[in-house]
Amino acid sequence: MTHPTKTASSRTTPLRVVVDLNRCQGYAQCCYAAPGAFEVRGHEILFYDPAPPRARRGEIERAVQACPVRAISLQADDGETP
Amino acid sequence: MSAAADAGIVVVGASLAGLRGAEALRRNGYAGRLTLIGNEPYRPYDRPPLSKHVLSGELAPDASELPQLVALDADWRLGHAAVGLDRVARTIRLADGAVLAYDRLLIATGAQARHWPAASGGALANIFTLRGRDDAARLRAALAQGPRRVLIVGAGLIGCEAASCCRDLGLPVTLLDPNPTPLARSLGTWIGGVIAECLKDSGVAFHPGARVLRFEGDASGRVVRADLADGRTIEADLVIVALGATRATDWLRDAGLMADAGGVTCDGACRVLAADGTTCPDIYAAGDVARWPNSLYGGRLVSVEHWGNAVAQGAHAARNMLAPAEDQHRYDHLPAFWSSQFGINIKAVGLSEGADSVAIVQGSRASRRFLAVYGRAGRSIAAVSFDQARWLPAYAEAIMAGSHHPPIRDASDQGRFATMEPGFPPPRAASHADEARHV
Ligand SMILES: Cc1cc2nc3c(=O)[nH]c(=O)nc-3n(C[C@H](O)[C@H](O)[C@H](O)COP(=O)(O)OP(=O)(O)OC[C@H]3O[C@@H](n4cnc5c(N)ncnc54)[C@H](O)[C@@H]3O)c2cc1C
Ligand code: SF4
Repeated sequence: MTHPTKTASSRTTPLRVVVDLNRCQGYAQCCYAAPGAFEVRGHEILFYDPAPPRARRGEIERAVQACPVRAISLQADDGETP
Repeated sequence: MSAAADAGIVVVGASLAGLRGAEALRRNGYAGRLTLIGNEPYRPYDRPPLSKHVLSGELAPDASELPQLVALDADWRLGHAAVGLDRVARTIRLADGAVLAYDRLLIATGAQARHWPAASGGALANIFTLRGRDDAARLRAALAQGPRRVLIVGAGLIGCEAASCCRDLGLPVTLLDPNPTPLARSLGTWIGGVIAECLKDSGVAFHPGARVLRFEGDASGRVVRADLADGRTIEADLVIVALGATRATDWLRDAGLMADAGGVTCDGACRVLAADGTTCPDIYAAGDVARWPNSLYGGRLVSVEHWGNAVAQGAHAARNMLAPAEDQHRYDHLPAFWSSQFGINIKAVGLSEGADSVAIVQGSRASRRFLAVYGRAGRSIAAVSFDQARWLPAYAEAIMAGSHHPPIRDASDQGRFATMEPGFPPPRAASHADEARHV
């Protein structure tokens, strides 16, 4: 049986990000906020890093806030660490 | 037998629908025991990147673990399948022999890739399917070996996405489909023809109307060619079988539910139906595995194998699981999906099956940037955007409202849009429910 390990987020575990690409309108605000983690390709394909390094948390949080359709989800640090 | 361990609310299937369902249970105030059972040894991960950036090598196969949006405080039973459900004893049996007593149950076991039968070459080495992280890792490793030619069988969404990735990797690709164009089942042949042009431009050898009879291997048991029904052969040393998925309902075989390879049948509130048609008040289903009467489509039984449905239905079922019988909310869902291939962002809403016409309402087919609306009997039922995503929400609303088809132009004196025959293949003989599938 795998028990949940409720350790504090270690520095090595990446962040966990997912974008609802049904919602995403490809307007690229996230790309300005976190250019290392979000990128629009072609006319409107959003490519993103689902596991960005922890050091990017500030940027990613700004991207979450910047998205006009709230399409970006980021795992909270007080959530259960997988 | 000794008493089964009390597992509280049990979610079987630890992927997108199961995770979002579990989160919704907590968000809606459930504070009791929560158990998630998954046969894969991994925490829930996202599948869409597997057929896109993982195949292309831009993301590692294990990069797409899903964020958990609520602290779950759950017991995770990962790496062992549920193999049986006893509704009388209210227990679930796992492959490792454990027996768990559930209080309420959410079935979210999704679907599994349809494999090529071993009798006609399906067991040869270098033949792949793509559903999970392990499949993607194996396929990616094989692509990185630089096969001489990749043969993809099935030009649905996953087959076309894989073809696009293989061309980005510079690999020679042949793509086969029994229909006249790619994406014929999801978008019809008129729109599918746009992707046929993309295939051609990118150098994919696309053979429409082609059926594989068998695969043949060399002395070492590795695939070397496919024999087609029309007598042709295609040499290929790597094969991707992209023929869709069957719902993971095997484990429910003896449970007395209305379940088969096409899904688990639910009522409009995501409650599972017993084989005799009665409602099981404590068993719900969500995601790819669920089939339910969708009131947006006249109460037709539909199952939707797309990301957005797993998210919405997981949460919806969880909400109903905590509500009394007289307060069950009906699940009205407008299906939606996205895909990216050949540099185009494809997004669609609605169920296009059964459409009798299609009209381009923004952009043009020739430019490969357009929004097309599908109609049936004078009503708008679905829409697809090629790189015109910003227009889609407006048409989604029109579809929900059952607006006329073809839509009226903004300036009413310009009249209606010209319509075309959408060109949907005849329904598959064995299917008895409408399906929207990401295959
Ligand atoms: C390669 C690929 C690309 C995709 N791309 C897109 C896309 O671009 N856009 C889009 O809209 N949709 C896409 N989809 C569809 C989307 O990923 C699915 O609709 C979604 O994953 C469904 O979630 P689910 O939780 O219902 O089922 P699944 O994700 O299939 O999860 C079911 C889980 O249950 C487990 N399970 C099965 N049987 C048992 C058992 N007996 N006991 C325990 N566990 C069990 C399975 O192993 C699996 O982990 C794609 C799917 C794939 C496979
Ligand atoms: S800001 Fe939001 S809508 Fe815009 S590209 Fe990023 S995720 Fe998509």
